[in-house]
Amino acid sequence: MSNQTTQIENIDAMPKGVSLWDDAWIRLKKNKLAMVGLCFLIFMMIVCLMAPLLTPYGYEEQDLRLGASAPSVTHWLGTDTFGRDMLTRILYGGRVSLMVGFIATSVALLIGVTYGAIAGYAGGKVDALMMRLVDIIYALPFMIFIVLLMVVFGRNLLLLFLAIGAVEWLVMARIVRGQIQNLKQQEFVEAAISLGLSPGAIIRKHLIPNALGPIIVYTTLTIPNVMLLEAFLSFLGLGIQPPQSSWGLLISYGVESMEEYPWLLIFPGLALTLTLFALNFMGDGLRDALDPKASRD
Amino acid sequence: MWRFIGFRTLQAIPVIFAVITITFFLVRAAPGGPFSSEKAVSEQVKAALEAQFQLDLPPHEQYLAYLTDLIKGDFGPSFNFPGRSVNELIFQGLPVTAELGFYALLIAVVVGTLSGVIASLKPNSLQDYIPMSFAMVGICMPSFLLGPTLVLVFSIWLGWLPVSGWGSIPGDKILPSITLGAMYAAYIARLSRAGMLEVLSQDYLRTARAKGLPEYKVIIKHALRGGLIPVVAFLGPAFAGLLSGSFVVETVFQVPGLGRFYIQAAFNRDYTMILGTTVFLATLIVLFNLLSDVLAAWLNPRLRYQFRK
Repeated sequence: MSNQTTQIENIDAMPKGVSLWDDAWIRLKKNKLAMVGLCFLIFMMIVCLMAPLLTPYGYEEQDLRLGASAPSVTHWLGTDTFGRDMLTRILYGGRVSLMVGFIATSVALLIGVTYGAIAGYAGGKVDALMMRLVDIIYALPFMIFIVLLMVVFGRNLLLLFLAIGAVEWLVMARIVRGQIQNLKQQEFVEAAISLGLSPGAIIRKHLIPNALGPIIVYTTLTIPNVMLLEAFLSFLGLGIQPPQSSWGLLISYGVESMEEYPWLLIFPGLALTLTLFALNFMGDGLRDALDPKASRD
Repeated sequence: MWRFIGFRTLQAIPVIFAVITITFFLVRAAPGGPFSSEKAVSEQVKAALEAQFQLDLPPHEQYLAYLTDLIKGDFGPSFNFPGRSVNELIFQGLPVTAELGFYALLIAVVVGTLSGVIASLKPNSLQDYIPMSFAMVGICMPSFLLGPTLVLVFSIWLGWLPVSGWGSIPGDKILPSITLGAMYAAYIARLSRAGMLEVLSQDYLRTARAKGLPEYKVIIKHALRGGLIPVVAFLGPAFAGLLSGSFVVETVFQVPGLGRFYIQAAFNRDYTMILGTTVFLATLIVLFNLLSDVLAAWLNPRLRYQFRK
């Protein structure tokens, strides 16, 4: 009897097993580019969120006497033609760009995971029908439709989220469906079924948690796409509208006066490009860490 | 093979039909009629205008009338340019956009596959890292940023190339083509590198080497055909991307092509023009997707089998 208790104590004292997530984290930490990307992103998010505390200038605060001035001690990244501080504007623009990136990706995530999970779990005719629909929607030229949507229904932020989210869910649905199809045949799912769990609960509690790896990887790779799309629309004047601002919009202003004041183009451009870099590196790193079998393209 | 082509063509038809239908009703659902922005028009004039554009009919009849016109290849008159048809405007812009798209695609394919193949021959060496870093920049730098940056450097600072235009000053086609092609060159480089890496480790290449073929022949005759299939399959989506990318590039460089017409029509709320251009571009994209799928199936017989039951 006493022997048994010591054994159990020994089990407690044993080194903790390395879970899939610990393992992935160890692999991710070894990937320098991915870690640099992660740090840069966290830094960017913190600075953008705390923008009002970090800069002494208001976002709309004009100093017309100053006009467009080159970077200086008082205005680190210079000022635009109305004398507004560029650093402040980039930070506030970053809030919108990052927010669009995350919210629209969440929309895509929600639709894609739900749809893919249902199709994968149902199988058979339902699955065939649902995936055929995805194929057809996938073949539609979406960029053109988004431009059309923004033109027809005016340019509001909510619609932008929905429109971008509605485009990006397709690949997610395909990935999740494939994962669920594989997982569904394993014993633990049969056990859950025989225990009388409802299909909804099986999908939520057993299938999706096991498919999280690829879902996380693809989500990270979707965010830069979404941010690009937002910047593209804003650049054309179809996305974010002033007085709100985003990096895409700041770039389009920068282009107008780049001959005289190149810093108005360069700094917002750098902010966007570096953030996209960071997201892509992190996505690639996460893929290698969580999903080593996935092919790198 | 024919079965595959037939199957894919049948699949493309409902897509084109869906595009026409969605676009038509989206545009009709737009708040504010096409003439509501103009100054107070008398009732008779408005009625006459609406009759001219068939807006007085009930929606389903308008839709049927539009479909019948479309089958005859007629996109109808333009709202904003009185007396001109959408067909005229489309075919005025199309050659320019086609030329721009052709150069861009050429740059993308040549630069992309070359650097991808070069990188794949010595993975994890400088020969791999340098082209792949450029590819990463190409993916992260959107065309609306790359274009102006190139203009800033090569036109404004160095003065080597014209700032904008198309076909009026020698050399003014270079920057728009590079700007439009860069991102696809980057994607193609990554795809061809991955495709080649997968093929290069396969047995049939060892056989080719074992029978004494020189290395360049092994690469060109045997590896490329398998390794570039992902690139061929990507050409369809790339074409779609080039068309929407031309919206930006044509706006930045003031190229009088279809993309700029489309954006102008969007801002002018020229509904027939938007409708016509959307249907036209979308059909083009669907057809090109079809073409690239058929080409990929021709290169890779395995793809055909999923349609043989």
